[in-house]
Amino acid sequence: MANTRDEIIICRCEEVTLGEIREWIAKGYDTFDELKRVLRVGMGPCQGRGCRDLILREISKMTGKRVDEIPPGRFRPPSKPVKLGVLAKGGNDE
Amino acid sequence: MTLPKTANAVIIGGGIQGCSIAYHLAKLGMKDVVVLEQNTMCSGSSGRCGAGIRAQWGTEMNCRFGLACVEMFEHLEEELGMDCGLHQGGYLLVAYQEAEFEQLKKNMKLQNSLGVDTKVISYDEAREICPGLSADDAVGFTYHARDGHADPMLTTFAYQEAAKRLGVQFYKFTRCTDVKTLNGKVAGVTTNHGDIDTPVVVNAAGGYSQQVAKMAGIELPCFSERHEIIITEPVEQGVCPPMLMSFSGNYYIQQRPHGSIIGGCSPEGHPEDYENGNSWGFLEKMSQTITSLLPRTRGVRVVRQWSGLYNMTPDRQPIMCEADTVKGFFLSVGYSGHGFMFGPVSGELLAQKILGREPWISIEQLHYNRFEKGELIIEPAVV
Repeated sequence: MANTRDEIIICRCEEVTLGEIREWIAKGYDTFDELKRVLRVGMGPCQGRGCRDLILREISKMTGKRVDEIPPGRFRPPSKPVKLGVLAKGGNDE
Repeated sequence: MTLPKTANAVIIGGGIQGCSIAYHLAKLGMKDVVVLEQNTMCSGSSGRCGAGIRAQWGTEMNCRFGLACVEMFEHLEEELGMDCGLHQGGYLLVAYQEAEFEQLKKNMKLQNSLGVDTKVISYDEAREICPGLSADDAVGFTYHARDGHADPMLTTFAYQEAAKRLGVQFYKFTRCTDVKTLNGKVAGVTTNHGDIDTPVVVNAAGGYSQQVAKMAGIELPCFSERHEIIITEPVEQGVCPPMLMSFSGNYYIQQRPHGSIIGGCSPEGHPEDYENGNSWGFLEKMSQTITSLLPRTRGVRVVRQWSGLYNMTPDRQPIMCEADTVKGFFLSVGYSGHGFMFGPVSGELLAQKILGREPWISIEQLHYNRFEKGELIIEPAVV
C-alpha cells in the first residue's frame, strides 16, 4: 500500500511519518500511547500538540472507531519545556 | 474482543517480564500462550523505567544475572528482529563516602571473579568518560564499560512482536479479576472479558504483583513504591555518555542515543498509593542534581516528567518460582527496580522452569519462602 502520502511527517519533533504510523496501527498499536511508546510520537518538545489530533483521526480511519472512543493518551507535566537551570532555582524566591 | 476459552498458559501482565516469558515459552515449543494486560502493553513499570542495564552488582546471583543480561542485550536485535536501542556507554558509579567506596571495591572484586570487567577509575578518568562532570566531593569511582541502557519500550514491543510471530496471543484492556484453583492446582482465570481455562498462570503483574498473588490465595511481602523521573529535549551527544549513578548521591542520569537526558532518584517517603503521580518537589530536586553534576545542562529544557512503580521485596531481589500451595501458579515479580534489565534472562529462566526444564542459571534461591525462612539475599547496590 505504498502511497506518496506515507512520506508526510506527522510528528515534527520526532520526525515520524504517516507511513510509519499506519504500519504500527495495522500491527494493532491503535491507541495514541502505544504509538507514542513505539514511535516516540508526541514525546518531543511539543508533547503531541501538533500530532495528537492527526494521529487519533488516523486511528479512527483505520479501525472504524469514532475518535471519542479512542483513548487520547496521557498529558504529562510540565506543559511547556522549562530549562533545568530555572527549575533548579526552585519556585519560592521571586 | 473474544478471548479463547482455553490456553496452555495465561500470563498476567504485558510488561517486559510477561512479554519475555511469553516469547520464551513459545520459542521452547509451547502452543496457545495468552498474555493479558489491564491497560496497553508496556504501559506499566517497564515503559516507565530508567532503562539501565548493568552487571555491577553486590551479590553473586545478581552479577551472574546482570552479565547474562548484558550479553543477551548485545544480541537481542538479531534474536528478536527489531532494534532495541542498546547503548553501551558503561555505568559510572560515584561514591561520596569512604565506606561506600569500600563497598563498591568489594563489589568489584566479586564482579571481577565472575567475569565482569569493572575497574576503579580516577576523577580524571571519570571526566574523560563523562566530559564536564563536576564531582569534586566524590571519593571514588568504579566503571564497567559493557553496562549501559536500552529502550524499554522497543525492547518490550520487540518481545511482543516476536512472540506474536510464534503464535502467542496478546489481549490489552483485559484485566484479570480472579485466579481459579481446584485441589491445589491452577484451573483458570476470570477477566473482565470472560474466563479462560488453563493449567498454568504466570504472575508478571509488576507493581500489582501482590494483588494478583492474593487472587491465588498467596500473600506476598511485596509493596510498590512510586519513583519519579524526568527527560529533557534532545541535545547533542556527549553530554552524559555513561549511566552516571550514585547510591548515596541518590541519582541516575543518562543520555539516550537520540539525545534526551533522563534522570531519576529515589523519592523521600516512597508513596505506596499505586498512583503514578508527579511532584514539583522531585522536578526541582532532580534539576538541582543534574545541573550540579553536569553544569552545562543548565540551558537544556525538561520536556516531561512521569513516574512508575518499583515492586519491592524485603531483600530487593526478585521472586521467581512456582507457588508451593498452588501448582501451576508461577511468579516473576518483585524486581525492586531492575525488572527491565533482567527481563530477557528472567523470561527465559522462568519459561524453562514452567516447562519442567532446569533453568540455566539457578533460581532456587528466589522462591518467596526465603522470607519466612529468613534466607534473605540482600543486595547492597540499589538506588
